[in-house]
Amino acid sequence: MSKSIRLKKGFNINLAGKAEKKIVSDLKPDTYVLKPTDFPGMIRPKVTVKEGDNVKAGTPILFDKKAESIMFSSPVSGEIVEIHRGDKRALLGVKILADKEIEYEQYNKYSISEIESLSQNDAKDLMLKSGVWPNIVQRPFATIANPEDTPKSIFISAFDSHPLAPDYAFIFKDQDKFFQAGITILKKFTKGAIHVNLDGNAEVASIFSQAKDIQLNKFYGKHPAGNVGVQIHHIDPISVGEVVWTLNPFGVIQIGKLFMEGVYDASKIIAIAGSEVKKPQYYKTYSGASVKKFLENNLTNDHVRVISGNILTGEKIDKDGSLGFYDHLVTIIPEGDQQRFVVTDGWFSITKNRLSFHRALGLFSFLNGSNKEYVLDTNTNGQERAFVMTGAFEKVVPMDILPTHLLKAIMAEDFDEMEALGIYEVAEEDLALCEYIDVSKHDVQSIVRKGINLMLEG
Amino acid sequence: MKFIQDFLHKVRPNFEKGGKYEKFFYIYEAHETLFFTPADTTKSKGVQVRDAIDLKRMMMTVIVAMAPCLLFGIWNVGHQHFLATGEGGEFLDKILFGAWYVLPVVVVSYGTGLSIEFTFATIRRHEVNEGFLVTGMLIPLIMPPNIPLWQVALATAFAVILAKEVFGGTGMNILNVAMTARAFLYFAYPSDISGEVWTALDGVATVEGYSGATALAIAASTQAGSVTDALATSWNPEMFTFTSMFIGTVPGSIGETSTLACLIGAALLVLTGLGSARIIFTVFIGAYLMGLIFNLVGANPFMETPAHYHWVMGGLAFGAVFMATDPVTGTHTDTGKWIYGLLIGMLTVLIRVFNPAYPEGIMLAVLLMNVFAPLIDFYIVEANKKRRLSRATV
Repeated sequence: MSKSIRLKKGFNINLAGKAEKKIVSDLKPDTYVLKPTDFPGMIRPKVTVKEGDNVKAGTPILFDKKAESIMFSSPVSGEIVEIHRGDKRALLGVKILADKEIEYEQYNKYSISEIESLSQNDAKDLMLKSGVWPNIVQRPFATIANPEDTPKSIFISAFDSHPLAPDYAFIFKDQDKFFQAGITILKKFTKGAIHVNLDGNAEVASIFSQAKDIQLNKFYGKHPAGNVGVQIHHIDPISVGEVVWTLNPFGVIQIGKLFMEGVYDASKIIAIAGSEVKKPQYYKTYSGASVKKFLENNLTNDHVRVISGNILTGEKIDKDGSLGFYDHLVTIIPEGDQQRFVVTDGWFSITKNRLSFHRALGLFSFLNGSNKEYVLDTNTNGQERAFVMTGAFEKVVPMDILPTHLLKAIMAEDFDEMEALGIYEVAEEDLALCEYIDVSKHDVQSIVRKGINLMLEG
Repeated sequence: MKFIQDFLHKVRPNFEKGGKYEKFFYIYEAHETLFFTPADTTKSKGVQVRDAIDLKRMMMTVIVAMAPCLLFGIWNVGHQHFLATGEGGEFLDKILFGAWYVLPVVVVSYGTGLSIEFTFATIRRHEVNEGFLVTGMLIPLIMPPNIPLWQVALATAFAVILAKEVFGGTGMNILNVAMTARAFLYFAYPSDISGEVWTALDGVATVEGYSGATALAIAASTQAGSVTDALATSWNPEMFTFTSMFIGTVPGSIGETSTLACLIGAALLVLTGLGSARIIFTVFIGAYLMGLIFNLVGANPFMETPAHYHWVMGGLAFGAVFMATDPVTGTHTDTGKWIYGLLIGMLTVLIRVFNPAYPEGIMLAVLLMNVFAPLIDFYIVEANKKRRLSRATV
C-alpha cells in the first residue's frame, strides 16, 4: 500500500550556486580521512592500524569499543599517514594517503540467486566486517543500528530537500542493480516493509520506481519533507521500544555492491555548490576525501566558509578539510564576521535580499517568488536571548510534535516529559529549521542531541 | 557612519576583559549593537546560516504597531483638554498640549525601566534584553494623562523588578509587566487612577456641566433607563456615540481610547506574524458573547448594554491587541490561544459589570489569565502526549 502524503508545514531556503549536472572525475585528492566524530553516539573509538601501515579499500581500521562487531573501513587503499588526536587523546580522524590505483580488500562474492537465498546471519557478518554497516542508522536517536535489533520497518528517503542538495536521480544513476541487491539483503532483516519515499513533485528515477520488494511512498511539500524522520512519523511512527532502520540510497547501493562484487566501494558523487563557488558542479570521489583540490582556483574569494554537508545540518571544515562520512555535498558560502550598520544592513534595514521565515517590519523576502535565489552568509543576525516568540517552531515541523515544549523538557532534563513529547521521533536534522528561524538564536540541534544523549545514558 | 564605528572601536578595549570598565561591558555592548550588528558567526556544527530576524527587529515591529495609538493618544489628550475647557484649540495646539503631558510619561517609563535593565544585566553579566523596549512604551499608553510622574517611575520599577527580574528576566516572567505596573498603581494609589483623572485640565476651569467620567463609569453608574441613553445624555451629547468611541475621541488612558488605532496596530502585528490573530480575534468574540449572555439576563442597565459596545468602551481593544498577545505570558500552544483569548474577553466583561469599585476589566482579566495560561497549555500538551501513547497500544 503506497501512500501519498502532503505536508503543509516547512520552509525552503533557496540558495544561489546550485551544482550544474556535470561530473568531474579526474580530480583525485591525495588524502582521505575517516572521522569517528561523524558517527553520533560513538563514544570509545579504537584504531586497529598504526601510522605507516598500508591498507586496502575496505580494510577495517576502526571500531567502537562499545559495539565491537561493527567495523569501519578505509575508503581507499594507501598508507596511514596520520592518526589525529585531540584533547585527552580523543580520536579525531585517521588519515590515509591514497595509492594511484585503488586496490580492494576481497570479500565473498555472490550471484543474484545466492544473494536471495543467503541467511540473515551470513549477510550480517559480511556487512559488519566489511564496513558497510555504519550506513544503517536507527531511529530513535539517529545512531548506527544495533546489529542485534530487529527493526519493525526500514526507511529510505529517495530525495534530499535540504538547501543545494544533490539530485539523487543524477548521483545514483546506473546503480539500479546494486540498489536492488541491497534491498534484497535488507529485506532479510525486517518483517515489515522497506519504505522508499519519493519527492512527489519531482520526476521519479527508475532506480527507485523499478525496484522490487519495496513500498513506494510520495511526499509533497517543503523541506523537511525529505527528512527520513518526518517520513517515519507519517507512515510508521515509532513508539517506546520500537526500532526503525534508515539508510541513504548510497548505503543501499554500497551494500548491494559488496555482495555482488565482493568489494567495499566508497566511491561517491558529490556536489560542490554555493554562492562562492566559481563552477558549482559534481565530482566523483571517495568518502572522506580532502576537499582541497575541488576548491583550488574554484572559489570567488578567500573569505568563505566551507561546509561538509548542507547549511542546516552540516559542519564547518577547513579549506583542506575532508568530506563527512554521510555527506554528498560541500557548501561554500560567505563568512559573515563583520559588523553591519543597523540602518543600512541591520535590524533597522528594509530589505528583500535577506531571507527570513518571519515577516517582521522591513524584512520583505516573503514578497520574492519561490524562485529567488539567495546569497546568505554565516552571520548570526542577532544574539542569543531567552525564548520569547511562540508558535513559530510549530510552523516548520510537519509532525504532531510540540517542538518548544520538547526542547524545554530537554533543557530541564526531564526524562518522562522528553519521552512523552516525542524524543524518540526526532533527530537534530528534523528540528534544524527551528534553529534557523529562531528569533532568540538558540542552538536547537545541539539541544536535541543533548536530549538524545541523555536518553541513551539514562 | 565610519566615525561612530571608529569611536566604538576606540573605546571598546576599556570595556573588555581587563579594561577599566570591564564590569559595564554589557551596557557598552547594548549601545554598540544599537548602531552595528554583532560580527558573531554561526558555530561550526549546527545551522551555518541564521534567519535575518532578531529580537531587536521583532520588538521594533511591535513599537511601530503601537505608534498609531501613541500618536492618536497625544492628539486626544489635547483634544479632551480643549473640549473640557471649551477653549477651542487648533490641531497643532492639541498635539503640543498632548505632547507636553504624554512625552514626560514616556521618558520616565523608559528611563526607569532601562536603568533597572542595565543594572540587572551588569550584575548578572548577561546581554541587555530588548523586551523592555516594548514594555516601556506600553506603560505610558495605559496611564491616565494626569498621572504623577513619580508614580510612573515607581510603578515601572515595581513591575520590572517584581514581575520580571525576580523570575529571571525577559522571557521568564509569568505576568504581563505593563499590566502589573498598572495594577500596582490601581491598588497602591487608587485615587490617582480613578475618578476625574482621564482628562488633563491643566488647572483651567471647565465648561458648564462638564464631567470627566469615562463611558464605562457612566455605564456602571446608570441606575435606571438604558446605558445608551445615559451615554447620549452626558455633558457632551456627541461624546459617547458608538462611532466616537470607536475612533477614540473620548477620555481615558493615553493610548487606549481609540479602537481604530488599536486595530491598525493589530493588522500590522498579524501581518508580520508577531501578534497571534487567534488571541486578538477570540478576545473580541469572548467579550461579545459575554455581553450577549448579560443581555439575556438583563438584571440591570449595564447588563443590557448592547454587546458590541463592549468592543469600543474602555481598554478592551488595546488589551486584546497589545497585552493579551504578549507571547511570553500568554499561552504557548495554538489551541491554547483560542481558549486563552476567549476567556480574557469573557472575564473582561464579567469584571466590568460586576466589579463595583473599578469599571475596567481587561487589566485584571489579562493578569488572571496570565496565571492560568500554563494550566491551559498543560492540558493541550497532555493531549499531544496522549495521542502518542494511544498509538503505542495499537
